[in-house]
Amino acid sequence: MTSISSASPGLAGNDPSNRLFGPLPDVSADAGYVEEHPARVGFFTDTSVCIGCKACEVACKEWNTLPMDDSHGVRDAMGMSGMSYDNTGMLGANSWRHVAFVEQTRTVDLPMPTFGRPGDDRQGSGPSPMTPGDGVSLADAQQSSVLNAEALSEFDPQTGQSGADKQIRWLMSSDVCKHCTHAGCLDVCPTGALFRTEFGTVVVQGDICNGCGYCVPACPYGVIDQRKDDGRVFKCTMCYDRLTDGLQPACATACPTQSIQFGDLDELQARADARLATLKGQGVETARLYGRDENDGVGGAGAFFLLLDEPEVYGLPPDPVVTTRDVPAMWKAAAQGAALIIGVAVSAVLGSRKR
Amino acid sequence: MPGLGASFGRGGATNFLEDLSNADCIVIEGSNMAECHPVGFQWVMEAKARGAKIIHIDPRFTRTSAVADLHVPLRIGTDIAFLGGLIRYVLDNDLYFRDYVVAYTNAAALVGEDFVDVEDLDGLFSGYDAENRMYDEDSWAYEPANPPESSADDPAEAAEQEQLDDAPAVRESDQAQAAGSGGPPIPSKPKRDETLQHPRSVFQVLKRHFARYTPEMVSEVCGIEPAVFEQVAKWVTSNSGRERTTAWVYSVGWTQHSVGAQYIRTASILQTLLGNIGRPGGGILALRGHASIQGSTDVPTLFNLLPGYLPMPHAMQHSTLDEYCADAAGKAGFWGNKRDYMVSLLKAWFGDAAQPENDFGFDWLPKINGDHSSYRTIADMIEGKVSGYFLVGENPTVGHPNGRMNRFGLANLDWLVVRDLQMIESATFWKEGPELETGEMSPDTIGTEVFFMPAATHVEKDGTFTQTQRLLQWRHKAVEPPNDARSDLWFFFHLGRILRERLKDSTDPRDQALLRMTWDYPLHGETRDPDADAVLREINGTGPDGQPLSSYMQMKDDGSTSGGCWIYTGVYADGVNQAARRKPGSEQGTVASEWGWAWPLNRRMLYNRASADPDGKPWSERKKYVWWDEAAGEWTGVDVPDFEKNKRPDYVPPEGARAQDALAGDDPFVMQGDGKAWLYAPAGLVDGPLPTHYEPVESVVENAFYGTQASPTVERIDGPWNRENPSRSEVFPFQVTTYRLTEHHTAGAMSRTLPYLSELQPEFFVEVSPELAALRGLTHNDYATLVSARSAIEAKVLVTERVRPIKLRDGRVVHQIGMPYHWSYGGLSTGDSANDLLGIALDANTHIQEDKVSTADIVPGRRPRGPELLEFVEAYRRRAGVASGRVGVNGRDPVEASAGEGSTQ
Repeated sequence: MTSISSASPGLAGNDPSNRLFGPLPDVSADAGYVEEHPARVGFFTDTSVCIGCKACEVACKEWNTLPMDDSHGVRDAMGMSGMSYDNTGMLGANSWRHVAFVEQTRTVDLPMPTFGRPGDDRQGSGPSPMTPGDGVSLADAQQSSVLNAEALSEFDPQTGQSGADKQIRWLMSSDVCKHCTHAGCLDVCPTGALFRTEFGTVVVQGDICNGCGYCVPACPYGVIDQRKDDGRVFKCTMCYDRLTDGLQPACATACPTQSIQFGDLDELQARADARLATLKGQGVETARLYGRDENDGVGGAGAFFLLLDEPEVYGLPPDPVVTTRDVPAMWKAAAQGAALIIGVAVSAVLGSRKR
Repeated sequence: MPGLGASFGRGGATNFLEDLSNADCIVIEGSNMAECHPVGFQWVMEAKARGAKIIHIDPRFTRTSAVADLHVPLRIGTDIAFLGGLIRYVLDNDLYFRDYVVAYTNAAALVGEDFVDVEDLDGLFSGYDAENRMYDEDSWAYEPANPPESSADDPAEAAEQEQLDDAPAVRESDQAQAAGSGGPPIPSKPKRDETLQHPRSVFQVLKRHFARYTPEMVSEVCGIEPAVFEQVAKWVTSNSGRERTTAWVYSVGWTQHSVGAQYIRTASILQTLLGNIGRPGGGILALRGHASIQGSTDVPTLFNLLPGYLPMPHAMQHSTLDEYCADAAGKAGFWGNKRDYMVSLLKAWFGDAAQPENDFGFDWLPKINGDHSSYRTIADMIEGKVSGYFLVGENPTVGHPNGRMNRFGLANLDWLVVRDLQMIESATFWKEGPELETGEMSPDTIGTEVFFMPAATHVEKDGTFTQTQRLLQWRHKAVEPPNDARSDLWFFFHLGRILRERLKDSTDPRDQALLRMTWDYPLHGETRDPDADAVLREINGTGPDGQPLSSYMQMKDDGSTSGGCWIYTGVYADGVNQAARRKPGSEQGTVASEWGWAWPLNRRMLYNRASADPDGKPWSERKKYVWWDEAAGEWTGVDVPDFEKNKRPDYVPPEGARAQDALAGDDPFVMQGDGKAWLYAPAGLVDGPLPTHYEPVESVVENAFYGTQASPTVERIDGPWNRENPSRSEVFPFQVTTYRLTEHHTAGAMSRTLPYLSELQPEFFVEVSPELAALRGLTHNDYATLVSARSAIEAKVLVTERVRPIKLRDGRVVHQIGMPYHWSYGGLSTGDSANDLLGIALDANTHIQEDKVSTADIVPGRRPRGPELLEFVEAYRRRAGVASGRVGVNGRDPVEASAGEGSTQ
């Protein structure tokens, strides 16, 4: 396990073995699994084939016997969120998978003449018996709709052209803990409740967690969360118990369209690169991989994604950085400060002795 | 499904789900496949990954549209106009697969001189009886190849039979349903003109019939821009033919219309013209909404069918087995063996008691005497004609349209048995139903005694599912059911056992059927659960040696064979439970013939003889599937041939041949009397031989095609509890459609009660466009009230651009409201019930309700409570000119009810 001590090379302000930042080829070995250990595993979530069925959410809750949750993070209270078909809202202590639903629309300028677009005249000469409504603000209604004209490219196979005049895109994406190469939550955990498994994943041990909550702000994605009535933290374990029995995680097993793929991380990365190339070849210029790059702020993620728009559109941070990246620099600064103080003190003492 | 049955001979999906991956283009229309069939949808995604075009045609932009290449928003209830436009496009531009059409369809058949099309009668076909609102189909017949001989031995008897066929009481019990497996009987093979030029050839009739369905007309009626229509037409036609195939997928988005069977007929005509039936990656995939809905029509829960789509005998027509089988005698096709199937069924049910001397016990069978379909029965309940009712896995007070009427029905029974996993609303309506609050119902006056019997779930019992593609899959009991929960098999076996014990000394003739039945399944365990495997064996049937039959072709009409459902014969071939086979797909071919067992005879793709040309060679290497192996003298390929294995492609039936021997070597539609796919249906449908666009019963638009606004044969059930919204009414100005969400299951008993599913869609909501929200002042995520002539309900509003208004050519805007129907007052996730808003109007072919399209008004805010709700709705009725909907207590006001029955709109 990563440990920080005054003997750490990090104290010098750099991290030559990339234990806190940067690419790390064998994350399990780094965590102390020096003997034979399984290959690092992960999730590749291809959102271009997600149909938003939420089977992953349900399978996860079933397997891990999680309590109900709702979009407002209150247990056993239910209500419609109004955010398209998403009533889960976000990842949390009781929702380890979360399917985001993003509605996007764009009016198309037609090259050919037509007889008008619906909605041109809101008054409508339709068969309405009553006076039209008093122009209620549509801002509320459309607050969840994100318009990204760049993303709505004409040949994007993920863009349903709805009629000739309008392009609609309904993005769906199943989010999950990223099982980072450099996991902030794990770095800050004082009890050892969070640990790196032999599969390279990051797991909380509920019987050790003391509810200090340090890990919550340490996660750059806002994944790990405390249960309000309990105090302890919970998050995706990548079904550690299933992995040790040779099974796939529940969500990947339940996914009907192979949007969630589980496997050895290097194989998944190769598959994702090929899929991206295919989509690019089909003209989907906006397709991108997220969490694939081992040079990113978390050293690459164990759970990474193929997205069809900017990460922000899905509620993902555009440039996540492990919160402990700067620990060495911080220690260095602290050490310099301490040295300065000690120096001042020493010189003061020496000075007084001289007197 | 008479739409498919009348077209091809069997009422089931022609292809199988995995085969979708072979398609070059997939059109999903009348189905929200990704949301309602997410597991099967993987094959659509597979096809897409291989480069297929995916088109979704639907009023709403759904999760299916989200991954389609093209979403075509059309006005609800206009699919015939749209598909008719495609048919015209195909015919006008000579894009049909000519070799296929000439050889395998009835395009060359001549229609009799008496037939008059809707073009000449302003929306009616010849033979319309306005008084009974029914057609006499006689004028739709083919011109016979041979002049009619006296076909029956006794002409007088034949004439009498003919007369009986036309009696309303017989017609109401719809023999059309029998087209589930075996096309409708036709008198004889037709005269043909292979050049397709004869003015009365089906091909020319078709051309004239669809001449009116121009792109402009499609645009006007459906609200689809001509450019979009053109795009669909191009993708579909360029992906059909020798080298390529297009698949069509539908589900209840088509069947639940007043002209639902004709929707399916229109698609059948189009797919037949394009040569897409019986070929890999083609076909029409009818998706079934539940795990074993196909099974529930194969071994039916329907009032008018016996197992294997044998029609239920009718009291006026069928007093003997001979009369029952008369229509099949001497007929071509497998329909000609009806007597073999029926006698084997009687032997399975009555065993040694069924002997030639007693007509194999035919007299013991109950006979029907009219319409006893589900909704008619509810009306009969209110009128006091029904004393008891079993509800097994059905929640009609939520799942049926017009929940209020359904509750009134159940409140007027003597007893009600509810078997379900949960305490559903149909079991608690008498103490918790919404009519208690309005004062229309009160527990102290309801005489219905309700027995709730907890049921075992699918993991708590053995048995089979028969799913969408006719595939029987055996499931094993994983755990014992808890407490008093028992399997359906347990319930019905022991109910029968107890009844038989009570009646064992009876000499009353009506009790004999019960007493003579074989009722001797092995029982297992503490609960004495009957052995499901033994039931499957009985369904499969046995031969004279007592061994399981391997094919229905072994069945005899002499009583030496038995079989509980002839189309399932073979599921226990070789004494092995074939449905329990679980060979992984990776260890066998794509057809996966060794996973489960599909009827008939494990054929995964129906009519697959059509995948080869008339000479028996594959149409193309790319679409090779089943072909004739001259050296071996048999049909071969990747699937079980849906054809007699050794019948040569050049076989010509000799004079006087009957049953399958009367079909030629190039007649792939073996269940049809003429061996052909029917572009024109001379029989089998009660509302016309060709599909015609009619507006829905409740429409805001005038029929642009004909003066006949709605289907002339639509079935109505009138009463104060089932008022109809007038068409084109300003009081009910918006169209409404209902549907399901992935997160919930049908009437909600299996999802609203579960925390993990309830929280995913926690409240009843309706989806409206921003334009309608502005028009009516609706606020996103706030309440709105919807009103119809039936009731008023409230729902949260989800404003979304995925629902869009349709602008018609004349500038009028049709607003459409989307409404999932899962909710009611019970469970964790609660809300008003969408079905309370809907009325009951039925497709006369199927008695299926038109709940995919209706009209309503929508206003902001919550609905009135208590008796005020009644006045609120009554005021709407008054404004719309609809008769009063006021009823006495429990819906049974003697004055109102009898007045309601007599009056028709």
